[in-house]
Amino acid sequence: MRFSGFRVLKEALTGHHGWKPLWRNPEPQPAYDYVIVGGGGGGLSTAYHLAKVFQGKRIAVLEKGWLGSGNIGRNTTIIRSNYLLPGNEPFYEFSMKLWENMEQEFNFNAMVSQRGILNLIHTDGQRDAYRRRGNAMLLAGADAELLDREQVRTMYPWLNFDNARFPIKGGLLQRRAGTARHDGVAWGYARGADLLGVDIIQNCEVTGFRIEAGKVLGVETTRGYIGAKKVGVAVAGSSSRVMQMAGLRLPIESHVLQAFVSEGLKPVVDGVITFGAGHFYVSQSDKGGLVFGGDIDGYNSYAQRGNLPVIEEVAEGGLALMPAIGRARLLRVWGGIMDMSMDGSPIIDRTPVDGLYFNGGWCYGGFKATPASGYCFAHLLATDRPHETARFMRLDRFERGYVIDEKGMGAQPNLH
Amino acid sequence: MLIPHPLLGPRDAQEFTYLGDASLLNRPDGLAEGALDAFNRHVYLRDNPAGVHRELWFHEQGDRSWLVVTRNTLTHEILGAELARDVALAQKGGAK
Ligand SMILES: Cc1cc2nc3c(=O)[nH]c(=O)nc-3n(C[C@H](O)[C@H](O)[C@H](O)COP(=O)(O)OP(=O)(O)OC[C@H]3O[C@@H](n4cnc5c(N)ncnc54)[C@H](O)[C@@H]3O)c2cc1C
Repeated sequence: MRFSGFRVLKEALTGHHGWKPLWRNPEPQPAYDYVIVGGGGGGLSTAYHLAKVFQGKRIAVLEKGWLGSGNIGRNTTIIRSNYLLPGNEPFYEFSMKLWENMEQEFNFNAMVSQRGILNLIHTDGQRDAYRRRGNAMLLAGADAELLDREQVRTMYPWLNFDNARFPIKGGLLQRRAGTARHDGVAWGYARGADLLGVDIIQNCEVTGFRIEAGKVLGVETTRGYIGAKKVGVAVAGSSSRVMQMAGLRLPIESHVLQAFVSEGLKPVVDGVITFGAGHFYVSQSDKGGLVFGGDIDGYNSYAQRGNLPVIEEVAEGGLALMPAIGRARLLRVWGGIMDMSMDGSPIIDRTPVDGLYFNGGWCYGGFKATPASGYCFAHLLATDRPHETARFMRLDRFERGYVIDEKGMGAQPNLH
Repeated sequence: MLIPHPLLGPRDAQEFTYLGDASLLNRPDGLAEGALDAFNRHVYLRDNPAGVHRELWFHEQGDRSWLVVTRNTLTHEILGAELARDVALAQKGGAK
């Protein structure tokens, strides 16, 4: 079933009886060539690219809940490639280019909207840092523009430019950045993978690995044993719990990040604005709600909900930047569990167990990575070699001293 | 979250900053055999349990003492708090 304007029209005229479920609900087979653990954005994109680009056969995605129940359905949907370091930026720019074509490719509306992201500047030092970042972005083939105060004022006249502590002096703008519909991305990849023959198996939790002589043979699940030639784990916030079952300790802590939506308002924020100094970022959904967030709560958590102090802090940041929202009401608050790595950057690599591969450490930024995360993980699973843009994202980089620490914070996950 | 400070009684967790797993108290011996590996494990690798976790909190906006707090990461329930100093001394004593 292909989606098209014609199809919508035809269904509208014939009572919408022709729409079918987007994917099958198959019973698990006894064995597969590839088993992907985790049906979030990363896992689904991996299965899709494995089947589509690398002609993988006999692929299953095992998801313990329902598709989209993890962070892929909980994030604030920002996509961007405005990183600094050579270990990261080419990867995120590769992801950005995949975003630009994904909807045509998998024939599904993921509402990718390149509405631009603006990082605000308040000091000369910050301007220097952002100029450097912008140049690094340009070198990696991304777009970047340094704006002065008046250019920012033209875009967003209602921002508080004269905050005593953080007056706005300019911004770094990436026009190709933006947002996408997070569920749509999961559904699009799930449907795309299913059409290519991938078995998507929901309500199937992996409870152990069968490993013999250092090689993985398959996974134990709540729906029985499933054999596999290769197993790829992409379980985000559950990374430590799952990999522990294979005897691995990871350079990862799990933390909670909260997100917020206001009541529906008239269109006011047409892009994404980040106020790093005030620990606040915001965009506006197509329904009108302001979608915003800030920092992680800062302590290890698997609770999928945060505490009030961070809500207060984020609201303060928002008010400092946009006094106009003072009377808007908060509609919803929720949390997701972040796989915070020790340098703030992700891992896509083999593990010491033969046939077992790991994808994780996405911190609060794995949504934008969804296309490339899956593409590069599929590349690794299929060829046993890292993809060009993910070759620094090694599991042993900490031990070897090759950390990718964008903020220079050291091995302290709650500061990344 | 309220942290039951052993000297000051219940204090708002907001007064504290969080460092991480209490195993950070056990700094490896840099001159021992296998120190490189021990430091890699100490600095970078974590158990990261879903459940009871012993962790270091610093009473930055209080009496500036370090505490070892025992907390459930699934529920955020705080189960106890000790002075990190006492914990470290007990560990040293135990190792002898
Ligand atoms: C509030 C919030 C805001 C965010 N904002 C942004 C943003 O603006 N931009 C951005 O780029 N990123 C953002 N992120 C981060 C991003 O959402 C994550 O990094 C990314 O979604 C993680 O990859 P994933 O989609 O594969 O994870 P998930 O969707 O969490 O997928 C992991 C899946 O594994 C499953 N699983 C776990 N254990 C098992 C098991 N034993 N067996 C089988 N399945 C298992 C889980 O059920 C889950 O569905 C945000 C996150 C949150 C919580």
